[in-house]
Amino acid sequence: MKPRQKKFMYIFSALALLGMAVGLVLYALKDNVSLYFTPTQVHNGEAPQGRAFRIGGLVQEGSVKRASDGLTASFEITDTHRSIPVVYKGILPDLFKEGKGVVAQGKVEADGVMHADEVLAKHDENYMPPEAADAMKKAQEAKAVENTGKPKAVPVAK
Amino acid sequence: MKLAINWFKYSAPSTFYGLAGKMIPWFAVSSAVLFAVGLYIGFFVAPTDMQQSEAYRIIFIHVPASMLSMFIYLIMAGYAALGLIFNTRLSSMMASALAPTGALFAFISLWTGALWGKPMWGAWWVWDARLTSELILLFLYLGFIALHASIDDPRRADRASALLAIIGSVNVPIIYFSVKWWNTLHQGATIKFTGTSMHIAMQQAMFTVLAACWLYAIAVSLMRVRSIILERERNTQWVSELPEVKP
Repeated sequence: MKPRQKKFMYIFSALALLGMAVGLVLYALKDNVSLYFTPTQVHNGEAPQGRAFRIGGLVQEGSVKRASDGLTASFEITDTHRSIPVVYKGILPDLFKEGKGVVAQGKVEADGVMHADEVLAKHDENYMPPEAADAMKKAQEAKAVENTGKPKAVPVAK
Repeated sequence: MKLAINWFKYSAPSTFYGLAGKMIPWFAVSSAVLFAVGLYIGFFVAPTDMQQSEAYRIIFIHVPASMLSMFIYLIMAGYAALGLIFNTRLSSMMASALAPTGALFAFISLWTGALWGKPMWGAWWVWDARLTSELILLFLYLGFIALHASIDDPRRADRASALLAIIGSVNVPIIYFSVKWWNTLHQGATIKFTGTSMHIAMQQAMFTVLAACWLYAIAVSLMRVRSIILERERNTQWVSELPEVKP
């Protein structure tokens, strides 16, 4: 082998080894790298006990209730399998909506309710004008009518 | 003009210097035109978004800057590796020339992301995998520049920083796949190999700005590599005979 090829081989194999090492480390740290736990993980006891952590998922449809002080809100975070009730006192982000992504940080107390001190909205990767969204919703409704013979309630995005 | 170009001829700094000088205006002008067109479409033609209304328009800067910050790193690491393997001076100079532009794009990506995150998510910054790995990318760029600057002998500096660049390239796939591998606050990829979940006018604006950023990156890197060539070859015959150097 020419010295140049040798050098290339060294660099290439070092990079491959390093990549594998980093991959293994990240795999081992999997749970620590993730920003939040899903409600199912919390139910299975995988979330830390007695200290603050984050729960992520969707805001359960119809679960958002605002208290009379106008600042405290309660809602449920769901991953469609399990859900966790959350109480939060503060200003919710603009994108906070029922059926949309959310990440809440706080402690789950003995009553099973998360008392959040931070609520973040998680938006999705779809970008479309409102008219297109309306058209899609109508198409979905029309399809539902075709399939069942009667109009089906489609969750409203707004 | 001959059709068969001898590419190896341009791996010599002395010949590449002139070629780069001729190419810069083309890249610079087309970049400026595409920036104007892309930003016009982005801010005046593209419709508002159903969820984020007008605030989503930051993607026309944020997404191209993020993409470029990752691409430039890979190109820089590639040039650094070429310099290490073939001992070509110009490859290492190209790697040094690319680093500040890459760092700039990484910074723009983080900065615009923070400006976007506050109104949309409710936080300037979260330590999720995507944001953290992009921050590491910025530090890798800065580390590359600092390491190169801290060693006096330029050839030794090339070799040391090339190693850092090559090792750091492991981070780029981590950035790209972070939203897939872990739960992150950052949303998943909009532009996928299987299609793009984005309105067509928004796409046009974004890809035009992306092309503009590419051309900008090429133009400024060529300018920078010309300065590096002049600086490093200042004691050679050909530099002293350049019309712009000759007294």
